[in-house]
Amino acid sequence: MRIPPRFSQRLAIAFLGGATLVTLVILVAIIVFILEKGLLVLGWEFLFSSPKDMGRAGGIFPTLIGTVLLPLLAIIIATPLGVSTSVYLTEYTRESKTTRVIRFGTDCLAGIPSIIFGLFGFIFFVTTLGMGWSIMSGGLTLAFMILPTIIRTTEEAIRAVPKSYREVSFSLGATRWQTTKRVVLPNALPGILTGVMLGIGRSIGETAAVIFTAGSSLRIPESVFDSTRTMAVHFYILAREGISTENAYGTAAVLIIAVLAVNLLAYWLMNRFIARRS
Amino acid sequence: MDAKFDIQNLSVYFRGIHALKSISMAVPSRRILGVIGPAGSGKTTLLRALNRTNELEETTRIEGNVRMDGHDIYDPSFDVVALRRKVGIVFALPVPLPMSIYDNVTYGPTLAGSPNKQRLDMLVEKSLRDAFLWDEVKDRLTMSGLRLSGGQQQRLCLARVLAMEPDVILLDEPCSGLDPISTARIEEALTLLKKDYTIILVTNNTKQAARVADDTAFFLMGEMVELGTTDQIFTSPVQQKTNDYITGRFG
Repeated sequence: MRIPPRFSQRLAIAFLGGATLVTLVILVAIIVFILEKGLLVLGWEFLFSSPKDMGRAGGIFPTLIGTVLLPLLAIIIATPLGVSTSVYLTEYTRESKTTRVIRFGTDCLAGIPSIIFGLFGFIFFVTTLGMGWSIMSGGLTLAFMILPTIIRTTEEAIRAVPKSYREVSFSLGATRWQTTKRVVLPNALPGILTGVMLGIGRSIGETAAVIFTAGSSLRIPESVFDSTRTMAVHFYILAREGISTENAYGTAAVLIIAVLAVNLLAYWLMNRFIARRS
Repeated sequence: MDAKFDIQNLSVYFRGIHALKSISMAVPSRRILGVIGPAGSGKTTLLRALNRTNELEETTRIEGNVRMDGHDIYDPSFDVVALRRKVGIVFALPVPLPMSIYDNVTYGPTLAGSPNKQRLDMLVEKSLRDAFLWDEVKDRLTMSGLRLSGGQQQRLCLARVLAMEPDVILLDEPCSGLDPISTARIEEALTLLKKDYTIILVTNNTKQAARVADDTAFFLMGEMVELGTTDQIFTSPVQQKTNDYITGRFG
């Protein structure tokens, strides 16, 4: 039996639209649920005072610092490493067995559970290198965790730059590096930024790898070799050990708003960049 | 008549295809050489052999000898970047780089160093004038080159090559996607440019070669069938195949 095109068209619209609607409703529900509970405790006091009694009372200020510092350190380490690797793999080497093995390896790394990275970070940075539970150990671990994502998204972004641009650049007497710098990277930038954003998002929300490597100290860190606690870890501990559900939701609300703000900022920057070029 | 290029037994193979079969020819200075022939006859490969852009393709092999002003351009010690600055190419499809008109034109000159702003401004105006584009874009040089029409984009590509102040301009079917008016403007530009440059114009349009070329070469299946002055090729070709092609019996 053949379904008439008019009918299948309607069916497709109903199905695709329905799926979109379900997704939207679920997303909005989660955000509303958390904000509803979290906004009750949210205020300047909550944001900028230190927690008292393990977080039962007081604010989340130290975790705010931890949440800014860890992903920042991770991204500062992972972005140059990741982007350089992708540029080398795509622009400076020809497709070969070695590059395929490297690509396969990065894909595998990207799929490894974060707790494995945490364990590695604990054994290598915390213990072997003697960095202890610290922002440094945590930042390095997170950097390695997000490196594969950055490499793969950057690679895709670079590949999406039309081959004809490179050809034109070479034909005008550019070297490979000049071509990379002036044509390839600027055009791949929005895609690279997407990868960096994904990386920031993952490190902001990470708990397992962070507890193992940066610890969960509630003091305000004085150097990168002090332990710290991120909001995600704080939330996990508050909720898991039943310390304070209200403050857990408050922390979650701040976390969601922070991630949203970072994303909005990135899109704004990207649009400004694109607008300037066209 | 001094030769700009002296090509001896040039063969090019890529992707398992023998694209050029032992070509020998001289390309005279400050004239327009038209290269005609059906698709797949090796015209583009010939062009790309002259500024060594064939080798950007991964599996290219080249045999034979190409001398420019007496120097072997395939000699390992020959500076390929310098060669590409001297031998500019305009591709079949206009490819403006995704940047402003001004930056497109100055792309080549700023690669070699950073000439001062005043000199760049002059270069931009001169190149755009020579490419017959200046009047249409002089008030919007900061606009993206991608927003120009197809014909304007191709003239921008020509201006971009001119800004490098090359010796030779290679054009690979530059008008294949253009309307007759844009085509006429490019042809007009070329006719004026030949007093300063050696120009090789590959074209699918036999009439275009007849209109603008001083000399014409006919290529077929990787071989050069005949080379002569345009008058001679179009009025009294020596080879039967040339005659068949220009009278439209095949191709």
